[in-house]
Amino acid sequence: MKRKTRRLWLVIACVAGLGAAAGLTLSAFSSNIVFFMTPSQVAAKAPPADRTIRLGGMVVAGSVHRERHGETPVNSFEVTDGQAAVTVQFEGILPDLFREGQSVVAVGSMTTDGGFAASEVLAKHDETYMPKEVAEELQKSGKWDPKFGPPPNAASWNAMTAKDAKTSSRGS
Amino acid sequence: MSPELGHFALALACAFAFAQTILPLIGAQRRDRRLMTMAPGLALGQVIALGASFLCLIDAAISDDFSVANILENSAVTKPLLYKITGVWGNHEGSILLWALILGLCGAAVAAFGRNLPAALRARVLAVLGGVAAGFELFCLTTSDPFDRVWPAPLDGQGMNPLLQDPGLAFHPPILYTGYVGFAVPFAFAIAALIEGRVDAAWGRWVRPWAVAAWAFLTCGIALGSWWSYYVLGWGGYWFWDPVENASLIPWLSGTALMHSAIVVEKREALKIWTVLLAIATFSFSLSGTFLVRSGILNSVHAFANDPARGIFILGLLGLVIGGSLALFAWRAPSLTAGGLFSPVSREGLLVLNNILLCSICAVVLTGTMYPPFMSLLFGKTISVGKPFFDAATIPLAIPLFAFMGFGPMLPWKRAQMWPVLRRLWIAALATLLAFAVATWSLSGVLPILCATGAVWVIATSATDIANRVALFRIPLGQSFNRARFLPRAAFGAALAHAGVGVSALGLAAMSQAQHKIVEVPVGQTESLAGYDWTLAGVKTEPGPNYTALVGTIEVRHNGHLVTVMHPSKRSFNAQNQTTTEVSIHTNGFSDLYGVIGDKHGDDAHPTYVLRLHYNPLAPWMWLGALIMAFGGALSLSDRRMRVGAPRRAPAPNTVAAE
Repeated sequence: MKRKTRRLWLVIACVAGLGAAAGLTLSAFSSNIVFFMTPSQVAAKAPPADRTIRLGGMVVAGSVHRERHGETPVNSFEVTDGQAAVTVQFEGILPDLFREGQSVVAVGSMTTDGGFAASEVLAKHDETYMPKEVAEELQKSGKWDPKFGPPPNAASWNAMTAKDAKTSSRGS
Repeated sequence: MSPELGHFALALACAFAFAQTILPLIGAQRRDRRLMTMAPGLALGQVIALGASFLCLIDAAISDDFSVANILENSAVTKPLLYKITGVWGNHEGSILLWALILGLCGAAVAAFGRNLPAALRARVLAVLGGVAAGFELFCLTTSDPFDRVWPAPLDGQGMNPLLQDPGLAFHPPILYTGYVGFAVPFAFAIAALIEGRVDAAWGRWVRPWAVAAWAFLTCGIALGSWWSYYVLGWGGYWFWDPVENASLIPWLSGTALMHSAIVVEKREALKIWTVLLAIATFSFSLSGTFLVRSGILNSVHAFANDPARGIFILGLLGLVIGGSLALFAWRAPSLTAGGLFSPVSREGLLVLNNILLCSICAVVLTGTMYPPFMSLLFGKTISVGKPFFDAATIPLAIPLFAFMGFGPMLPWKRAQMWPVLRRLWIAALATLLAFAVATWSLSGVLPILCATGAVWVIATSATDIANRVALFRIPLGQSFNRARFLPRAAFGAALAHAGVGVSALGLAAMSQAQHKIVEVPVGQTESLAGYDWTLAGVKTEPGPNYTALVGTIEVRHNGHLVTVMHPSKRSFNAQNQTTTEVSIHTNGFSDLYGVIGDKHGDDAHPTYVLRLHYNPLAPWMWLGALIMAFGGALSLSDRRMRVGAPRRAPAPNTVAAE
């Protein structure tokens, strides 16, 4: 085998390998990217029901309800960014760090009645830390500035920055 | 007192490291024996100083010296002694010190085991290791000083996250770091080879044991981390494709490729430039993995705002190490001579395929990990990619890898015929066909079926390989046994490591069929899942040292026979206002029964409890496979041929001079 032929083989193999990798990546990207949305973004333009999104915000104080459907425990709670609220339904055990008035990220999709069916609820953080997506959205909407200490109690938001907060439909 | 001593020792180590970089480099360039022979001594001095510094930090942790900021923030009087010690590396500052210490130990190991290296090569390798160490010790001293004092000193510390008080997590960082840092040695060899302008078979032979050792540690570290998240977090999952996890998987993939391409350099003197590049890439991935992802810089743009000095220092250091080595590569690599010829169907050819596939998987994981932070940095869009993406993009690349893994080791070097090899594999092929039938019948989903079939193929061909080498059943058994005794351990090691991949892949494929159920039941009720009857027999409250626990008793029966009694619990830590879940796992080696207890609901007269029950088929195999892989690596390392034999370099016929 000549050096040139060998090199040709190598190039073909490399192109095939990397091409397959790029193709797989692109096709997987097109169907599996999960966008992060806040309740006000959902309220403005709800994503289609078959699309998985990450919904982030604060759990509205006093909104956590539990029901039993047969033997399945169903939790429902409202997630707000201070401008809108979305009701989240979640079957299962809420994580250890889930608290009212603290930040949460719910992974799931919208239901036809405007609610959100979560397949996973993430609250991996302690009370002084919030997921950066939630923090960014809160800062953008002028609800919270980390310079002035920990995030406010979710229940007090709408009253706190009344001047720029649009009245939310379901926020407490 | 001891924190100041530790601080001083760290500064001393940094000074040693700078000397270890500069003096031997000049010595190697000027062929000055005196300067070159200083390198081992300086490496030893550096590691002694680092060890002293580390001991001082452990001493401060054990003696509850809360005037040290690091101890104050991460420890408390009531913390058990074991976690006081292991907590030293459970935080940013301490983990960087541990990182530097392991790098120092690698340097000392090169100095100790590298006596038969040519003087100039050894001096340059140690100089490169010293340079990397100097950078990180300087980083530790200037921006992440673990010995920083607080005044006035409070009486008690702030304690550690109870989630982290776990033996699995206590030993996970040192093992994982040894894997990461171990790849610094192949990197140093690659840089030294680029400076010298010479890569030959002897170089491959020196690099290979280091790559294998680092790979074995990294394999163990990843498995330990995955196992920890399986039994501690209580989600029933084992791998979350989280950036921190991917940061360890990426160097593992490229390190696996490096380990294989170094074989080609050693045996055939081909793929030299590629191997050098892989050595540089693997260490660069290790570095960026530990420092970019763990420090949260990529996860959060705000990490820069919080501590700009730290972020800029890290980026500068990474830029210097990675950019510098790639620039050196671009400048010097063309001077490396091309190696031996081989046909596409040959052991080398298959090793090239292995490298292409591993690097493709590595590129996919890298893209999936880096794309979300870049999107958020550049376009302000917050997106994430998770398990569906990585499954869809990596498994189709892993399956051809399994296919080639099977017969690669059986092909002869240089030029091979496919047919004689395939003819020896008919039993393995039969087993694979059977496995395919069983998998199609018992698993759902195309990828799990292919994955399981590939896994069986890999295990069967690894066994066939050994059977062929000892001529099993073709000659009397006693003679076969004799042959096995004199078979090089590296052959067993390779077959074992390949079989380990198969075992892990079988576990992964079976885990795609895991079942779970979340129920809310009163005491006494029975639920059925996966053919088992799970009865909540009782719940009681038990006090612990610094928590109160809700302990459930779940009796699991199969066809009326009691299989096991599980005691999952939920602990509430009053001090931290935190709860942790203690999973109860019963394993029989082929499947795990996994029980979690959640909150109590209902009134006190009729309480109900949320239970989460999992049936995880072949779950233990995932980690067993990783252990087999690491054991295979260790077995190869113990082969005499790895240590003696060829490490003497043949006189160079036409080396390009470095100067």
